[in-house]
Amino acid sequence: METILYLAHTEEDGSLSKAALEVVSAAKDLASGLSGSLAIGLVGRDVQAAADALAGCGAATIYGASGEAFAVSRYSTDVAALQALCQAAKPTLVISVADSRLSRAMPGVAQRLGGRIDTHLTGLSVKDGQPLATRWYYRQRMVADFNRPQRPWFLTVDAGCFAAYAGAPGQAQVQAVTPVLPVERTKVLGIQSPAADQQTIRPDAQVLFVTGAGWTKKQADGATHVPEAAALILGFLNGTKASLGSSKSLVDMGGEGESVLPFLTHLHQVGQTGSTPRHPKGLATCCHGEEPHVVGWRFITERRAVNLDAGCGWARGKADVLYVTDAFALMKRVNELLG
Amino acid sequence: MSGLHIVVCGSIVPDPLQTLEPVTTPAGPGLKNEMMLPAILDPWAGHALFEAANLAKSVAGSKVYLVSLGPKAKLQQVMMTIGQKAPFELVVADGPASGFTDAAEVAAELAAAIEAIPGLDKSQLLVFGGWQSASRGAGATLQMLGERLGITDQFQGVDEIKMQADGSFTVLERIEGGSYQLSSCAGTPAVLGWATGNLPEPPNNPQIGMANMRLIMPALQKAKPAKVSTGEVSFVAVELPKQVRETRVVKDMALEEMAKEIVDWIRG
Repeated sequence: METILYLAHTEEDGSLSKAALEVVSAAKDLASGLSGSLAIGLVGRDVQAAADALAGCGAATIYGASGEAFAVSRYSTDVAALQALCQAAKPTLVISVADSRLSRAMPGVAQRLGGRIDTHLTGLSVKDGQPLATRWYYRQRMVADFNRPQRPWFLTVDAGCFAAYAGAPGQAQVQAVTPVLPVERTKVLGIQSPAADQQTIRPDAQVLFVTGAGWTKKQADGATHVPEAAALILGFLNGTKASLGSSKSLVDMGGEGESVLPFLTHLHQVGQTGSTPRHPKGLATCCHGEEPHVVGWRFITERRAVNLDAGCGWARGKADVLYVTDAFALMKRVNELLG
Repeated sequence: MSGLHIVVCGSIVPDPLQTLEPVTTPAGPGLKNEMMLPAILDPWAGHALFEAANLAKSVAGSKVYLVSLGPKAKLQQVMMTIGQKAPFELVVADGPASGFTDAAEVAAELAAAIEAIPGLDKSQLLVFGGWQSASRGAGATLQMLGERLGITDQFQGVDEIKMQADGSFTVLERIEGGSYQLSSCAGTPAVLGWATGNLPEPPNNPQIGMANMRLIMPALQKAKPAKVSTGEVSFVAVELPKQVRETRVVKDMALEEMAKEIVDWIRG
């Protein structure tokens, strides 16, 4: 029988993130499908609130590694805590969300415990009494279903693939574990975030707005209009609270000394060397036919595009609607209508 | 501060503009015409290499190694270009660079290759690489490699490292929502999985290329075979996404109508 251990870290306020709760659902389904047992392992400054939130999820035991050392995201302490939780629960399958903190630590835990790991799963099910994992390869170009015999098998699941667990909270009994902490050589100094009104990466936004290099190219009058482009893009983002993405070529222009949109960084980049975000809708403007843009859009549900090329190879067959027109004029009017 | 020994781990991937098609081989899934596809250095590993070269320039006595697990014939082609961009000493493990190989096995081979580098000072070691490859995309190999080397200060999604005079350094790591985590580390050894960093790709420099080539060709010739596989994974299916959308091309509609349609769609 499989013993499934769900691992998570608490947020600053002691809660679990929405993405972490999604993977609770995946772990519950897996345990149910395999007729296995489910245990929970929590890491954080204080894990009681998170444990209470999961009190009704059906876990046989909730383990906790808590204290100031685990309040921050740091490889050495996180790996020590997760290792201790695994040693307490003795799982055959270990599952967590693939967020930045656990993506950094889980492979190290798998190595220490002689296990194997598969990351960034987009699906997890049971087939013929065995767990069946789904993930993408070659930057979202092909998808595979697989299983493996090695145990413990560590699995991390991308956000947005399961419905978040929403069971009733209760009073949970947390079984404390005491990790063996290493000498602390790394100190977390803080988080650097843009001011709230300047943050243009919004993972929970309904719309992803992708900007391509066309915004900074010469327009019909023979001149570039970068400040106007910037105003139109920011106007749309302010009007819709959309998240901003960019093609690599547009982001790279800054490093090549060309006119550049001042608010774009490599963090906005989608595609081959960027992110593959998940949003219900995506609107691409002035992007052209490279495969990397398609890669970046793999998990966008409804897709529309604006550019001047009706035969655009990336839009045809990939977007639901292609508007063939001048993006400057169209987005100006869109912004006016958005008010 | 003593010179750094920076080991960059990176292999080759198919050129991103190529169309890829999965096929079944006796060794597991692979790519159709895999050995014929044009290859490049994995993009994030490339950023790691450029950051390593830049860092080595700023710390006297530093040295950069590029440890690469891949088919040596393809590696030789890619090194003709990469070898002109940054000074490094190549270490080759001759094996598949497939995205379907197992990260744990790759980590084991890389660890063995690094341990065998003559004169490597592990107390001065920085292990660099891309935080994910463009093939497997697991983001797992570097952490397991670090564990094998006994390195427990690890950072992923790195865009910046700043060395201090006392050998300590600060690191910016990408976290959720377009934010960074800033950390300080007491010093080497450490593992850094790079995102894009802040440096543009260096231009080709024939002088660097000639200096590198004196070491690249012997490294390729003495490459040891690497035993990596899919790691007992049973692949039930590997396929391209089937969905092809019926794209509605709108080119004769008035601008006003297009704008209204977009706004309605966004609000809908």
